[in-house]
Amino acid sequence: MARIEAEVGTPKGGFMKWIDDRFPFTETMKYHVTEYYASKNFNIWYVFGVLAFVVLFIQLFTGIFLTMNYKPSAAEAFASVEYIMRDVEWGWLIRYMHSTGASFFFIVVYLHMFRAMLYGSYKKPRELIWIIGMLIFLVLMAEAFAGYLLPWGQMSYWGAQVIISLFGAIPWVGDALVEIIRGDYSISDITLNRFFALHVIALPLALIGLIFVHIVALHEVGSSNPDGIEIKENKGADGVPLDGVAFHPYHTSKDLVAIIIFLMIFCAVVFFAPDMGGYFLEHANFEPANLTATPEHIAPVWYFTPFYAILRAVPDKLWGFILFGLSVLLPLFLPWLDRSRVRSIRYRGPIYKSALTIFVITFFTLGWLGTQPAEPMYVLAAQFFGVLYFAFFLLMPYYTSIDKTKPVPERVVYHG
Amino acid sequence: MTEDDLDRNRRHFLIVATAVTGAAGAVAAAIPFISSLKPSARAQALGAPVEVPIGSLQPGEMIRVLWRGRLVFVLRRDEDMLARLPENTDNLRDPNSEEIDQQPDYAANETRSVRPEYLVVEGSCTHLGCAPIEDFDVRPAEGWGGGFFCPCHGSKFDLAGRVYKGVPAPTNLRVPPHRFVRDDLILIGQDTGAA
Repeated sequence: MARIEAEVGTPKGGFMKWIDDRFPFTETMKYHVTEYYASKNFNIWYVFGVLAFVVLFIQLFTGIFLTMNYKPSAAEAFASVEYIMRDVEWGWLIRYMHSTGASFFFIVVYLHMFRAMLYGSYKKPRELIWIIGMLIFLVLMAEAFAGYLLPWGQMSYWGAQVIISLFGAIPWVGDALVEIIRGDYSISDITLNRFFALHVIALPLALIGLIFVHIVALHEVGSSNPDGIEIKENKGADGVPLDGVAFHPYHTSKDLVAIIIFLMIFCAVVFFAPDMGGYFLEHANFEPANLTATPEHIAPVWYFTPFYAILRAVPDKLWGFILFGLSVLLPLFLPWLDRSRVRSIRYRGPIYKSALTIFVITFFTLGWLGTQPAEPMYVLAAQFFGVLYFAFFLLMPYYTSIDKTKPVPERVVYHG
Repeated sequence: MTEDDLDRNRRHFLIVATAVTGAAGAVAAAIPFISSLKPSARAQALGAPVEVPIGSLQPGEMIRVLWRGRLVFVLRRDEDMLARLPENTDNLRDPNSEEIDQQPDYAANETRSVRPEYLVVEGSCTHLGCAPIEDFDVRPAEGWGGGFFCPCHGSKFDLAGRVYKGVPAPTNLRVPPHRFVRDDLILIGQDTGAA
């Protein structure tokens, strides 16, 4: 890490000096905030990292308050959530913020990841940022999954049943593994209790740790930009990138606008459509878990459905599990699958642009298919789009290397 | 001590020995934590057998009971149902119950049961554990002789819990250990000794 010397003219002595002699406060602030230079031509795609922070804060904050009234036991969980909704003052608001926050976390993270695909943010030298980001995504999926069991509703129970059973597909160790995950012969009070521990302690800690590392790695190599060029290659006499502006106050004030707009949308959902027509809160989950009957139509929450559609498209237990796992993990290898010389979509050729467009359509379609019942027509469609999904990644080394690219400019460009 | 006095072999040996001892300690320390995740003594005790009175169960009727928190179907098959079992076996993946883990030896027969009339199977789809739904209507046009349909991923099972070909579930529904204590009482979870 480059050390930034105290500037000439900074007052010596006083309280800050006392602190700085003992803790690198001013130095850290400069390195990460006031003298961290990011490209001045950021567009709207670059606000989702900050927004992910905002949602994380909402989730941690509301989560603490929910924990104060929630009871992690099979006998009491469902009733305690009802209690929060009806008897705790403003409990409904806190819970709806948390449940809506879960969906918004994924919306924001998916857009954040798509930004990286648009502008090649994962390409050298930012591979590690991308990998850490994917780990964050995996932990987030686990966190959301564990949290979904806690209300102990019908969909909580049967959704967990399906996902935990997935691990039973692993040869040899599958059954033992499932028993260790559940801690019982079926999903029970014991399972609920341990998922609670994972949801409120282990996974949030992992999440925060990984986000910290994500930021440190980002600030080491510097943020990407919509042109996919390195702003560090054009520095002024003062050593500051000519195309860069300080994170604070320039990017922060722009981000503040994004945060306000985001919160307006967030509040609109919390107040007017907290269940989002059954997509954010599934209606089957308004019934307590019934161990003797699976809901007629079972589907995970929307953010898992693209992968779930792939799982369901495979008429074989083990292969279903393998392809499901692959569909989640394949993006991890993007930095090496993508052989293009340019980073940004602005200078890519027609092949990549078409491939990415098809991929977006595929992802949405799979997501929709995953919410539909397991009827032959839908399964067939899921197989077709599942093949497209894998083709996007597996054929990438080929089509990105033959794609015609445009020359990349020296300095960043503004559009409109 | 100068660089020349260093016995690098000895230093290397000490580093490796320390690392190996440390790793062994870490593995040993992990054992209690991983073991604590297994079903506890209480969970095992709660997995005790359950008695299911079947005196009032009419032919063609099915009841659902819980054993170890798992759903178990007890179906009293009527004569039509039993007559249909040998038909249609070409569409089944394991018609003769050759997969040994899916049933006790005494249920590895044509009807997958102790007494042909009574089918006792776990109501847990062998794909991903959803509870199949009973559908005893016969629809020859669809090649459906009655059985169980899993709403989650479309797996199908016949009236002996035998899995159809071309569905995600790999094996037949599991037959739990069970025995008849009396003609009107089944004990699920145990097949030997006194009830």
